Amino acid sequence: MALPTLAVHKFASCDGCQLSLLDLEDELLAVAGVVQIANFMEASREVLPPPYDVTLIEGSVTTAHDAERIKQIREETGVLITIGACATAGGIQALRNWKDVDDFTRYVYAHPAYIDTLQMSTPISDHVAVDFELRGCPVSKYQLLEVLVAFLQGRRPNIPTYSVCVECKLKGNPCVMVAQGTPCLGPVTQAGCNALCPTYDRGCFGCFGPMESPNTGSLADRWKEMGASERDLVDAFRSFNAWSDAFREESDRQQASIEIGGVR
Amino acid sequence: MTNAREISVEYLARVEGEGSMRVEVVDDHIEHVEFSIFEPPRFFEAFLRGRPHTDAPDITARICGICPIAYQMSSVHAMEDAFGVTVGGPLRELRRLIYCGEWIESHALHIYLLHAPDFLGYQSGIHMAADHRDVVERGLRLKKAGNAIVGLLGGREIHPINVKVGGFYRTPTKAELETLVPELEWAKEAAIETIRFVSGFTFPEADMDFEFVSLSHPDEYPFNEGRIISNRGLDISVAEFNETFVEEHVERSNALHSRIRERGAYHVGPLARYSLNFDKLTPLAQNLAREAGLERVCMNPFKSIVVRSVETLYAVEEALRIIDEYEPPAAPAVPYTVKEGEGHGATEAPRGLLYHRYRVHDDGRIADAQIVPPTAQNQLTIESDLRYVLERHLDLPDEELAWVLEQSIRNYDPCISCATHFLDLTVDRG
Repeated sequence: MALPTLAVHKFASCDGCQLSLLDLEDELLAVAGVVQIANFMEASREVLPPPYDVTLIEGSVTTAHDAERIKQIREETGVLITIGACATAGGIQALRNWKDVDDFTRYVYAHPAYIDTLQMSTPISDHVAVDFELRGCPVSKYQLLEVLVAFLQGRRPNIPTYSVCVECKLKGNPCVMVAQGTPCLGPVTQAGCNALCPTYDRGCFGCFGPMESPNTGSLADRWKEMGASERDLVDAFRSFNAWSDAFREESDRQQASIEIGGVR
Repeated sequence: MTNAREISVEYLARVEGEGSMRVEVVDDHIEHVEFSIFEPPRFFEAFLRGRPHTDAPDITARICGICPIAYQMSSVHAMEDAFGVTVGGPLRELRRLIYCGEWIESHALHIYLLHAPDFLGYQSGIHMAADHRDVVERGLRLKKAGNAIVGLLGGREIHPINVKVGGFYRTPTKAELETLVPELEWAKEAAIETIRFVSGFTFPEADMDFEFVSLSHPDEYPFNEGRIISNRGLDISVAEFNETFVEEHVERSNALHSRIRERGAYHVGPLARYSLNFDKLTPLAQNLAREAGLERVCMNPFKSIVVRSVETLYAVEEALRIIDEYEPPAAPAVPYTVKEGEGHGATEAPRGLLYHRYRVHDDGRIADAQIVPPTAQNQLTIESDLRYVLERHLDLPDEELAWVLEQSIRNYDPCISCATHFLDLTVDRG
């Protein structure tokens, strides 16, 4: 029986999420034994013709060319899975979405006319139907393996949507907000990193994006009681998952509050 | 009648990111050579403006998933320069240690999965594993040993979370670091085997006339500190970077091209570091380099795979030394006072010199940022290598010619995500 085929494509991103596949040092050759790697340019010169059974997409859409390319890729694949904060939420480059991208271009490049870019950096799901979104900046390689295996087995991936707080409790970490007074996004951020930052005496900064039904307003109030300003909150919610609905809305609320005169 | 051939490879494989190459040949005359980067721009330097300076290591790490430590190191050193703070002692050693981890994982990835398949005629490391499983498994395990250092010190391998301006959020105990030792002892032997393995490859002849540029430090093989020197007499402080190097924006590339003022193309990366700092390698690494047939200066870019292997051995030995001598610091970070100012940082990413410059407001927010990644600096040199290789291989059939040209680009382990990113390979024999 022919092996199921796997394609991996890159849009605007750092390569880190597709690198997670190659970082599965102990499992990589086993994975290559159960799927046919059919189109994965970072790893292989060989490209087999479409269609593909499963396609992984890293990166966000930032050019007109890429907005067309993703439609073509969607037509050529059975299952389409987006991996990482860029593909699922627009990535750090979505900070342009609040600015005039022409100003950005002029700042970085001497000849802005040479640069082809869209005003917005948007997630893949704004352009085509997506079968599963795997969060993280970067994704957890073990969650990536779980998602791949689940789709190969025809079952739902076991990816929790609860908060980082649950992981801290499971690990026995003292709460960095309570014990150290360190502002932390863990209460509103989806698990997946195994509570990495609190384990290293640092507050969570939201790599995995909003958890299911986050109460961002309540967390923002608590941060302010601890001395954070609205501007601090805008910065915190506007990072790698800035364009996710919950983080975008909370950052806009804090920004509006600054603009009407800093009501605390 | 003119003889016009056209070869087109639309997307260069086994590099990090997306770019293109176009070559025109008419009657065995090279009309045009162009290495282009179409990676969509992400505007890091623009959106860093106004962000807290403490964001720089976390945000700039996202420029590159393969070398995030390089971005974290250049950014924190630039910020510390702006604030006039020096990080010494065990914290400085830990920064060298985490960089050793990145060199090991990045070099092992490139040697085994991206570059060796060119020399052995395979489409990928996975194809290679069908015939050489033990070799590929050794490469993956070596890569994992490097990632284990980054994972322990940084929290995770890609986009580590533990590096900050002034030091770290949390420093390891001696016992935690010592858990790395047994695998690093294995990695030392594996790195030696790697040098012997790759030195047996057949290398295309090439004797270039590079201007090599790298950091140089009086006491050590360079990672985070030193003066910027070259084999043509350049010797400047990091702060003088912009007086010597210029960045140009050309139409064919979303990455800025770097040149040395008045002289032109230069070469950064393992070949440059090795050739300018051979005497700072450990005696074992020097001996293995000689055994592998390398001179003290290497001008054949196809042999960069051997030099990467020598540097991998050095990084493993250096990691073992640091762990052996480690005494935990009193505090995980050095305190500093935020003030208005400008700072420069340059460190040696696996692919070469990575320069950052920031201006910071008195409230600690970033006023201005400049980032010059190694692949942008190597773009002109990559083009001149393509021309050199093309001239000497015009008799090859198209498919083989395309492959050797791709290979000569992969000699640089180009990180196009860093430079911006997108590689399309077209040979137009016009």
